[in-house]
Amino acid sequence: MTSIHLAGIDYAILAIYFAFVLGIGVALKRFQKTSEDFFLSGRSLPAWIAGLAFLSANLGAQEVIGMAASGAKYGIATSHFYWVGAIPAMVFVGVFMMPFYYGSRARSVPEYLKLRFDEKTRGFNAISFATMTVFSSGISMYALATLFAMLLGWDFNVSIWVSALIVLAYITLGGLTSAIYNEVLQFFLIVLGFIPLVFLGLRDAGGWSGLKERLAVVATANHFAPGAWSESWSHMTSPAANPMGVEWFGMIMGLGFVLSFGYWCTDFLVVQRAMAAHSMSAARRTPLIAAIPKMLFPFLVILPGMIAIALTYQKGTSGFALPMKPDGTYNYDMAIPMMLGHYFPPGMLGLGLTALMASFMSGMAGNVTAFNTVWTYDIYQGYIRKNASDAHYLWMGRMSTVGGIGISMAAAYLATRFNNIMDFLQLVFAFVNAPLFATFLLGMFWKRATGHGAFFGLLSGTTAAAIHHGLTLPKAAMVGIKGGWLGAIHIYPSEMAQNFWTAIWAWSACFAFTILISLATRQTKTDADLKGLVYSLTPKQAVEAGPWYSRPAELGALVIALVVVLNVIFW
Amino acid sequence: MGLDIRTPIGLMFTLIGGLLAIYGLVSDPALYARSLGLNVNLYWGAFLALFGLVMLALGRSAKA
Repeated sequence: MTSIHLAGIDYAILAIYFAFVLGIGVALKRFQKTSEDFFLSGRSLPAWIAGLAFLSANLGAQEVIGMAASGAKYGIATSHFYWVGAIPAMVFVGVFMMPFYYGSRARSVPEYLKLRFDEKTRGFNAISFATMTVFSSGISMYALATLFAMLLGWDFNVSIWVSALIVLAYITLGGLTSAIYNEVLQFFLIVLGFIPLVFLGLRDAGGWSGLKERLAVVATANHFAPGAWSESWSHMTSPAANPMGVEWFGMIMGLGFVLSFGYWCTDFLVVQRAMAAHSMSAARRTPLIAAIPKMLFPFLVILPGMIAIALTYQKGTSGFALPMKPDGTYNYDMAIPMMLGHYFPPGMLGLGLTALMASFMSGMAGNVTAFNTVWTYDIYQGYIRKNASDAHYLWMGRMSTVGGIGISMAAAYLATRFNNIMDFLQLVFAFVNAPLFATFLLGMFWKRATGHGAFFGLLSGTTAAAIHHGLTLPKAAMVGIKGGWLGAIHIYPSEMAQNFWTAIWAWSACFAFTILISLATRQTKTDADLKGLVYSLTPKQAVEAGPWYSRPAELGALVIALVVVLNVIFW
Repeated sequence: MGLDIRTPIGLMFTLIGGLLAIYGLVSDPALYARSLGLNVNLYWGAFLALFGLVMLALGRSAKA
């Protein structure tokens, strides 16, 4: 592996970034007076700040590197994660769900579940979510430190400790506001750091038309139709026609409906950013404002992967090629890091690596701020110490930030020794997450859904996910962590197809069982209890005054129209 | 919230952009063979500095 050597100027840029990130934390410290300041930014942020943070918290380094890897592996069909998955879900959460999240004054997603259903549903969600966030931030810390060790020769321990301590410092100082302000800064850094990379790569590949020609070489070499890498919908009629191995139905239902709605509409990591907005209208606009740059992100994160694979099959003037793994397959994860090292001279290289660092930190800070809130409000205040002073919970918020980062670091070190444990944990989290959206959908739009229905519905959804995984296997995979441990009765063409269908089964089981069990049990909440939590018992939102672009419904319609246009252009 | 986020963003990009642009002016042109002959430090640095200044101006005008 070719290592990249950094010059003084590269380190100077990285140092400037670190100084600003910490400076923002220090400057915000004096505004953290109550726990609500610390955990919810005092519900005071304007929509554009909350919106960019909404976007950035999700834009971890794994997302950036992983999306480029998928772009190389599957081509432009990867854009379905955005143009079918994320964007419609973000519009849905903004227009339809935010009135209940924000209007209920719940301080977290699990707290909403407590208000709407009961204590056990909240406890299940709070504990699984808290565990999941600290572990996933540990896993991404591990991935980043490994990458920097390989690429730059940085010491694994130094990478872990420096990045963890910086995130720790700015969150304990300035709480959620500090995390959010830094996410906005990181957003601009990521965008402005990667644009020149895409520009240079595209130039090397001969522009969009040159890239398409090269991608046709990639596609035919892999026995697909020439357009399989450069057309997003044309090859979705059968799983055999596209490199993802999925057909349109499994993709729209599994990825679009279940997985994306499940993530964007119920994950407290992102919802927290909208809850920090200063008004209902701003909270509803938060995901909609985020959706506009989000729909352009495929050009920033997927396109580099497509460029990398295209240039690997048919060399450009600069001779870029993806490296191989020891087993002779391409190392797709290296698409962005290798392009940075290949095209950027000293100076820009520092900017590019700082952008990568920023994406990692924003992802980690997002996890940590969501963790400390759920821990403090839902677990500590809920079950350990109910009636302490607000100052005590503020103190606990800072302590749990330290604790959360500590556990993440431990998870990162654990991953160096037991990679399988991490794969296993991620699999379990996927089972727990898959059915969630059914619970929220029924909770918000069907007042008859009961606490028992929600709780046992969730359990049956998780169980259905596990059973489906146990009974199926992706093509050419070994029985075990990939599935089939109950005896494989169905073989999917790809792992992605298996994931999508696991999600579809989990969601359907949760939906059906929640309804059945709700009908069989008594509703313990009165209509008055549910006011503001369920659609039919909540006064309609008055049509808001102001220009059309500040009204959620109109803004949502515009976002959907734009994303349809993008789908059609790259059909 | 007391601090207008556009101010630190503006400062940081002005600083980084300025640094890149100056480096672009004084560095050996041979460095830019890998960026397809373009002095990306100079061009992109100047753009970043401009972006930073716009952010600073926006942050200031909001205060007034």
